[in-house]
Amino acid sequence: MAPYLLRRFAFLLVSLVLASVVLFVLLRMLPGDPANALTSVGASPEQIAAARHSIGSDRPLPEQFTHWIGQLATGDLGTSFVSSLPVGPEVGSRLNVTVPLTLAAFLLAVLIAVPAGFVAAYKRHTWYGALLSGASQLGIAVPVFWLGMILVAVFALNAGWLPAGGFPPDGWDQPGEAVRSLVLPVVTIALVMSASLIRYVRSATLDVLGSDYLRTARALGSSFGRAMWRHGLRNASVPVVSVLGIELASTLLGAVVVESVYALPGLGSMLATGIAQHDYPVIQGVLFVSTLAVLLIGFAADLVQRIIDPRLRGRLSGGAP
Amino acid sequence: MTQTLRTSSEAPQAAPAKRRGRRSATLITGCVLSGLIFLLALVSLVWTPYASDDTSGGRLTGPGAGHLLGTDKLGRDLFTQLMTGSRIAVEAGLGSVLIAAVAGVTLGVLAAFAQGWLDDTLSAFLDILIAFPTLLLAMLIVAARSATLGSAVLAIGLAQSAVVARVVRILVKRVLAQDYITAARTSGTSWPWIVAGHVLPNIWPTLVVNLALQFGLAVLAEAGLSYLGLGAPPPNASWGRMLQEAQATFTTAPAGALAPGVLLVLLVIGVNLVADGLRDTLDPATRRRRS
Repeated sequence: MAPYLLRRFAFLLVSLVLASVVLFVLLRMLPGDPANALTSVGASPEQIAAARHSIGSDRPLPEQFTHWIGQLATGDLGTSFVSSLPVGPEVGSRLNVTVPLTLAAFLLAVLIAVPAGFVAAYKRHTWYGALLSGASQLGIAVPVFWLGMILVAVFALNAGWLPAGGFPPDGWDQPGEAVRSLVLPVVTIALVMSASLIRYVRSATLDVLGSDYLRTARALGSSFGRAMWRHGLRNASVPVVSVLGIELASTLLGAVVVESVYALPGLGSMLATGIAQHDYPVIQGVLFVSTLAVLLIGFAADLVQRIIDPRLRGRLSGGAP
Repeated sequence: MTQTLRTSSEAPQAAPAKRRGRRSATLITGCVLSGLIFLLALVSLVWTPYASDDTSGGRLTGPGAGHLLGTDKLGRDLFTQLMTGSRIAVEAGLGSVLIAAVAGVTLGVLAAFAQGWLDDTLSAFLDILIAFPTLLLAMLIVAARSATLGSAVLAIGLAQSAVVARVVRILVKRVLAQDYITAARTSGTSWPWIVAGHVLPNIWPTLVVNLALQFGLAVLAEAGLSYLGLGAPPPNASWGRMLQEAQATFTTAPAGALAPGVLLVLLVIGVNLVADGLRDTLDPATRRRRS
């Protein structure tokens, strides 16, 4: 396991460096001058040049890149062009919204999808098994923002049980309010996520149910529950874990739409503002932190898969099914 | 790997005729649902009840005689908006899938032929690209160009080509390991002929199913982008933009906030059902499993 860990970690580092290069180059291909955001309309060429100089965008690209990487190495994400505030603490405070939102939605989605997917496979010839499969078909076709709109209309505007959007100004210092404002966003993401997860769990369970080893275990006298527990669970969880990793990563980054529906001050809305204002340090900072998170999640998912499935141990990266 | 583990869990003698009937029912339902939206999009090319910029109706009138579904907050006919929206959705789906198919198949075939470190690098690159959500990549590309339908389609298509490329890579690798490829090589067939004559004919059923699924995802992604204001600009009534505009008046004028969503769901479910139906019909490997 140790040599594998080393190799996998090297792979993670290389991916991170590659991703930062791509990120940096892609951003510099954006049209528009960030200095425009700093100067008023009709600023003189000297003022614009001064603005460029103050944010360093007049320096050659390789120099800007090494400067950025050097900052990153010391844990500094840079300073926003627009607000002149450091990006790091801002990202940190946004993570206070996005991380609880993502993790809670992810846990809820797993809690819904694993039993539902199992029942959808095991009881596929009953009406409720078919209903679950149908519900997941419906769920993957529903746009997440529309589901959010409907939940707001029903539970916030009509029933008035929960806030329609926003986050308390004091954040987690008002824990009750903070939790209440995250309930609907969490449910929105979890429902959409579980819809696609159910399909994976169902298909993995179907594979196990039709497998020879399960039949052999039953023939040797194991009860169905015991055979599933000892042989089925481990086999079914391999493809599901790999999908879980991808789902968690894409929820973390894809929360931007849901944050927009519920006007939450999360990482996604910070990114959207950064893109609109051509605020390179903000965009770079948010995307770098998210990429790091995505890579770490992938790392964890690969490790878990290898612990579950010894057959994967010759391979560098466990892929999705 | 998963393919080889699958065994015939359901015995083939269990009324195959009946099951084939249910399968084509999936395909037919899917064709009817998505066909309705495609028809709406086609008709909107030549006829809509009102001009799309006609604001003569009263603002936010409910469904009634003059306007089938009522009007939006600017007095435009909702049904007209829905029809032009269906055209944008279909265009977004077809355009993205076309880009994803061309770029994805090319990349996937190249990656499948690559050996050693080049293969590892390409797969790792595709993995990272796939972990990046479509929407985020699309936001970056749309910001780099401008918010038009073309930008959105390009962005979605490129993001999806990574997914298609990975699927194609695995499929092509599986084909290349077959004995008939060795036989073709031995008899002197060149690689381009092998790809055209053996590889593509063998992978297209799975590829078509995958592309149909990508069509639905592209429609959803375009709606998400226009909801964020990053899709087709204002005079065009994209369903995502319509929903965003109707959000504030959900309780007073629910038709505008519900109808575009319903059509979106119908279209995506439709193409997903078509994909399921096609998979069962085209791919012999899946014929004997799944209910």
